[in-house]
Amino acid sequence: MSATAAILRNSVTRISAVILVFTLGASAWLAYRLDVSRPEVPSQEVLYLQTPRAVKIISLGYTGLAACIYWTRAVQYFGEKNVAKSKRFDLLQPLLDLTVSLDPHMVPAYEFGAIFLAQAPPYGAGMPDAAVKFVERGIHDNPTDWRLYYHLGFIQYIERHDYKAAADAFTRASDVAGHPAWMNAMPALMSQRAGDIETARVLWTRMYENAENEAMRKNAYLRLVALHVDDDVIHLEALTATYQQRTGNYPVGWREMIAAGLLKGVPVDPSGEPYRLAANGKVVVEDPARFPFITKGIPSGQKAAQTVTDESEKLLKNH
Amino acid sequence: MTTSRIGHIAYNTFREAVRDRVLYNLIFFALLLLASTPLFGKISIGLERIVLVNLGLTAVTIFGMLISIFIGIGLVSKEIDKKTLYTVLSRPVRRWEFILGKYFGLGLTLLVNTFFMAVGFLAALLYIAHGFQRSDVQLLGALYFIMLQFMVIIAITLLFSSFSSPMLSALFAFGYFVIGNFAEELRGAANLLDGVSRAIVLGISYLVPNFTAMNVISQVAHSEGITGALLLQNSLYAIFYSAAALSAAILIFENRDLK
Amino acid sequence: MSAIEISNLAKTYQVGFFRKTEKAALKNLTLEVHEGEIFGYLGPNGAGKTTTLKLLMGLMFPTAGTASILGRPISDPQVKRSIGFLPEQPYFYDYLTARELLEYYASLSDVPAKERSSRAQRMLDRVGLGGAANTQLRKFSKGMLQRAGIAQAIIHDPKIVFLDEPMSGLDPIGRREVRDLIQELNDEGKTVFFSTHILSDAETLCDRVAVLNRGELQGVGVVADLLAETVGKREVIWEGASTALDALGTKVKIVGDIARTVIDDRQADAAIDAIRHAGGRLKSLMPVQGALEDYFLKHTEPGAGAEVKSE
Repeated sequence: MSATAAILRNSVTRISAVILVFTLGASAWLAYRLDVSRPEVPSQEVLYLQTPRAVKIISLGYTGLAACIYWTRAVQYFGEKNVAKSKRFDLLQPLLDLTVSLDPHMVPAYEFGAIFLAQAPPYGAGMPDAAVKFVERGIHDNPTDWRLYYHLGFIQYIERHDYKAAADAFTRASDVAGHPAWMNAMPALMSQRAGDIETARVLWTRMYENAENEAMRKNAYLRLVALHVDDDVIHLEALTATYQQRTGNYPVGWREMIAAGLLKGVPVDPSGEPYRLAANGKVVVEDPARFPFITKGIPSGQKAAQTVTDESEKLLKNH
Repeated sequence: MTTSRIGHIAYNTFREAVRDRVLYNLIFFALLLLASTPLFGKISIGLERIVLVNLGLTAVTIFGMLISIFIGIGLVSKEIDKKTLYTVLSRPVRRWEFILGKYFGLGLTLLVNTFFMAVGFLAALLYIAHGFQRSDVQLLGALYFIMLQFMVIIAITLLFSSFSSPMLSALFAFGYFVIGNFAEELRGAANLLDGVSRAIVLGISYLVPNFTAMNVISQVAHSEGITGALLLQNSLYAIFYSAAALSAAILIFENRDLK
Repeated sequence: MSAIEISNLAKTYQVGFFRKTEKAALKNLTLEVHEGEIFGYLGPNGAGKTTTLKLLMGLMFPTAGTASILGRPISDPQVKRSIGFLPEQPYFYDYLTARELLEYYASLSDVPAKERSSRAQRMLDRVGLGGAANTQLRKFSKGMLQRAGIAQAIIHDPKIVFLDEPMSGLDPIGRREVRDLIQELNDEGKTVFFSTHILSDAETLCDRVAVLNRGELQGVGVVADLLAETVGKREVIWEGASTALDALGTKVKIVGDIARTVIDDRQADAAIDAIRHAGGRLKSLMPVQGALEDYFLKHTEPGAGAEVKSE
């Protein structure tokens, strides 16, 4: 091949190589931009069969089976959305509605809906009012199940902060036969210690003990862990304040606090990691990604976990 | 001269496609499916429009994709088998002009096909909705995005057919289409991994065509708007990605011995 | 200026997928074709003829060596304006009509738009396809396709026409027509470079030929020069007395009453006498025809054809 031939062949090759590198880079960057900027697409979020009547026709009368299918879909849908840190759960309510329309006695569906319709995204659909309606519907069809009253009270207390309505629901629960003994104490708890961390802890503990659904159990457990962390942080920050009052300075390390007799050892969070002392006596967790739901102890500039992360999975495994 | 040669190759490619029976079979099935979508609509009470838009636009996407791949894979290899490429390249036609001509020719074919399928789709919509509403303009946006997907798919098909057999090209291109629709899920999966494997999967997820962002079918089914920014970004993305695939095709084809 | 100048051109293929071995398709070819001549490029199947043409057309890239056409290196796009090419056994776009095909090729060769249709018609008339101008190529016979192929190679009035096996697959009439066309093109002053494995075509048409075997050039020259090596033989055919020439020690072929053998020129008189003496009747005594064939066989003999695969 002559010299000119080499150059001619190479010029096209060279130009296309440059274009290739540039355009591939540009398209990868655009793909990234699109990912970031695009509002979340409710992709494939269509319920082709929206009315129970249509589903009943299609299922040839096997409504129980159809209910199970929609129930499974609802749980999967929630799981996927939660993993995707979604802010929209458009189909959760229609899926649950369909499920209980097909089988009005599917109590787990009401329980599931009670928590996950009510909780704020990305832990739920953030629709506490719809959750209340949904559970009321469950109570209407299953008036003898104490757990539904309990869930109603739960939403009223935790999500809507309507302590009176909560107390009312718990009272109704204690009227139903077969309710556990601890239920009797709930109405009083509502009226005496409303808004307390301790009350929330009791509610979540009962939820944890009684949950039959794995997602609900995990959720309750992580709530309890978060309450624990919040509690620890409040307690420890009180101690650093005491230290500051005594010495005029905030402590720099736990050792000073131990030396001052305020602590017996280095305090650790539920994952076993020591708490960290930040400026001005603030106490923070080492890794907020481990603790969804915490409201205190979040290092400045960081966020609590938006969903159940690998780290919080470890907590669940260890418990 | 270069542009006129590219234009002639494009026109001849288009002419080949419209004289091919495979094309009409595919269009026939697409229109048949579109004609039957009102029936699907009837099943889901009160949802006709949403179901029709979803099914109709999905049908347009899938049939267009099939047309792109089936016609695209043979574009280069057929010309080599029949030795027609030899008579083309022994003229003042450069190899890259040939590739670009083929690309635009197939693009034109798809544009015309998509137009007819879109007309069929809108006719079906008119039949069940008895009229158009203002938000139906969004449907045109969705169709535009579908066309953008075709332009990307064609470029990819052309890339594969510039070095491999038609069968392999078809498999590659189809696989690419599927992966492209799961690009976002791939990124989600990457986030669950760590270290090197995470970097690799994440890298791949950004290099495969991102069709997810171009798929606004379910949004427009719910009459949700397409933003101007999305329009711009998707257009740029399709242009860049097609250009990347085409320059890779040219890179390979320029240096290939035509045995 | 020479029409084609090839110097030390070589092409090596990689063969096999897993275990790659190299196969030399063309070795060190140096060749010159003059302007205005009909040049025959001869060799058995697989000798490297098509490889040479593909290298010249820029369809493949040489492993070594250079080539130029009309003084320009083959990689120069300008070269393509002055050449026409007919590949071996082409099919063309069978969805086009003959006219569409030619107009398409004319446009690719940058023939001005207003001339395309008149030129297409003229070329079709010239190759005898004037009546089939609006027929799709899928309905064409092999001979018609070949003629359409020649028409596309000359639609842009090139100075040099390259034809790869233009007569193969044609019936005798078709071959005759193609031969006449090549002669006509040459009469117009075009250089014609064509490859063939059919010797008689080359012998009747070519000013000069090159003989190629297994990628190597065996000889180039004026047909008569090449033949000089092999002339001086005569074919004798006689009737009866089939053993008459046994004394000469040549191989005699006998079919019924007729005997046939090839002898040296010098032995001609002796042979005639011997046949007469033995009571045979001499039917013919001719200088050996197809002497190019002898040359060809001599240079391609050892195992040629048998193990050379097609390209």
